[in-house]
Amino acid sequence: MEVLAQIFNLETFSSTLRMATPLILAALGGIFSERSGVINIALEGMMLAGAFVAVVVSYFTTNPWLGVLGAIVFGGLFALIHAVVSIEYHAKQVVSGVALNMLAAGGTVFLLNILFNTSGTSPSVNSLSYWGSFKPTVYLALIAVGLTYYVLFYTSFGLRIRSVGEHPHAADSLGISVKKIRYICVMISGMLAGLGGAHLSLGTLDVFREGMTAGRGFIALAAMIFGKWHPLGALGASLLFGFFQALQIRLQGVIAIPNEFIQMIPYVFTVIALAGVIGRATPPAASGKPFKKGER
Amino acid sequence: MFATNDWKKIIKELSIPLLAISSAFIIGTIVLLATGYDPVSTYSSLLKGAFGGVNNISDTLLEATPLIFTGLAVAFAFRCGLFNIGAEGQILVAGLTAAWVGTWSGLPWIVHIPLTLIAAAVAGALWVFIPAFLKAKLGVHEVITTIMFNYIAFSFTAYFNLKILAEPGQIQTPDIEPSAHLWRLSSLWDMHSYFNFGFVIALVVAAFIYYLLWKTTIGYEIRAVGNNPDAAEYGGIDSTKMILLALLISGALAGLGGAERTMGLYHNFRNGFSPGYGFTGIAVALLGRNHPLGVILSAILFGALTNGRDYMNMLAGVPVDLVTILQSIIILFVASDLLFRRLLSYKSEGGMEE
Repeated sequence: MEVLAQIFNLETFSSTLRMATPLILAALGGIFSERSGVINIALEGMMLAGAFVAVVVSYFTTNPWLGVLGAIVFGGLFALIHAVVSIEYHAKQVVSGVALNMLAAGGTVFLLNILFNTSGTSPSVNSLSYWGSFKPTVYLALIAVGLTYYVLFYTSFGLRIRSVGEHPHAADSLGISVKKIRYICVMISGMLAGLGGAHLSLGTLDVFREGMTAGRGFIALAAMIFGKWHPLGALGASLLFGFFQALQIRLQGVIAIPNEFIQMIPYVFTVIALAGVIGRATPPAASGKPFKKGER
Repeated sequence: MFATNDWKKIIKELSIPLLAISSAFIIGTIVLLATGYDPVSTYSSLLKGAFGGVNNISDTLLEATPLIFTGLAVAFAFRCGLFNIGAEGQILVAGLTAAWVGTWSGLPWIVHIPLTLIAAAVAGALWVFIPAFLKAKLGVHEVITTIMFNYIAFSFTAYFNLKILAEPGQIQTPDIEPSAHLWRLSSLWDMHSYFNFGFVIALVVAAFIYYLLWKTTIGYEIRAVGNNPDAAEYGGIDSTKMILLALLISGALAGLGGAERTMGLYHNFRNGFSPGYGFTGIAVALLGRNHPLGVILSAILFGALTNGRDYMNMLAGVPVDLVTILQSIIILFVASDLLFRRLLSYKSEGGMEE
């Protein structure tokens, strides 16, 4: 009972929501990209780049909101590399993703050295202030869930995204530009992941730290799959995984489950979901396949 | 290693990697100029750090050794049309296993060394077993499952290292017995490099993988499944079995990389055991056109970049992370080989084209 009271209280709830915010945003980004047929395992790198740019812009302009905007814009531009390489040059999307994660990890520390003469932590900058009980990025994440749901399922643009991801050749024959839709979706995915990064650097802290995303991009990828490529599913999965992260902090030294095992949970759950134990998680049909006109 | 003496084909195969490397260095030069560094002194100090002396060359080969193993692991799976992005997790679990088996005392080296190597290879194979099984039986995409198993491995090895094997307060496991040490060149030569016999093992394993892929029926069947699973199945090849086999061998190869780190370099398992050997292995395989000889060459290139970067930092003052940037740009260019094909306007036979 003592332990349960420790787990289920308002503090855990709000901590869960804070932890889930970057996951929600990046997972939504993943949904846009994969629903259009482009695998995006570079969410981690896009988030890291966003977190970095947010701090740099806030440092030079002293305005955290411009930092958030910078993170969104730069996230989109960074994702453009993934788009060009995988859509234009038919590169293996997974390889491009691995490269972008490396580029973000190396590039942020390189620039940290150039701009601030340090390779660990940036100087403190103006961060976002609270709106009620949460930072604004938390509300933005929840709004983004609703927007993504609406766009994907209630607009013609969403219908196009889904058709391009499932049956690109049919979409092409109906006059939809497969390339254009994919470019837009990959860039949206970078913008959302960038915003998730801004939440980490300006919404929970006021600095950038080397490698501060610490695998959250991959947990977001897991949340996207566990949520079956659906915005509401991704929200649920992100909250669940965020809850485990919150738990991990709150349960330190309270009960005997080692932290390491709690850390494993999102990944184990995702493998179980993929194995079809809790209903089969099936990716969009054309996900990962470059589109070549006139070829099947 | 080339069965047919088709030099034209070899030049074609080499042209894209070489173009990718040069393009990356050109972009690197632009980055250096934009950030106010001298490209000439940067690259010359990088080169000097990597190859300027017996010690530096030994350290470059030492850095290349795990990359040969992870590069082979990724390349082998690629040949069966599979993407083992989980080499990072496999190398960790195998390194930890070697650190455990290596502490068994009372064994002569002739037993202990092979036993530890095999244990690590088996551990690497076991770590990819669930993704391999799910892929072979249910068609679950191995990319996602192997990524998930990387993260499970991070927590799993941290737990067994810190909470089970390490002495309280330590962040590494106890040192392994000398009978499980891989022989170091420094025991013969007056040098401080930890370059060890693992490199020779890597070369032998690479030769074996070449033999397996191109000179045996199993290798033929694995490549047939990689080229076209449906056609292979039609031709009487059990693709389920080949997918399982290819991923298990891939995991074992990565596992041997973990064994070399434990038995040759660290003599224990520690926090930060792998600085991303598994991920760099993807780059190595890709740059090496998924051929064992290409893997060895590109592993040495990546090893040289990693080894030379501290010298570059010392002499030219350039942050070491420039090397990570260069490596990622090389991957982006190799991955976009269609760009170079369009520029050179020819189509390659085989290789990576889907």
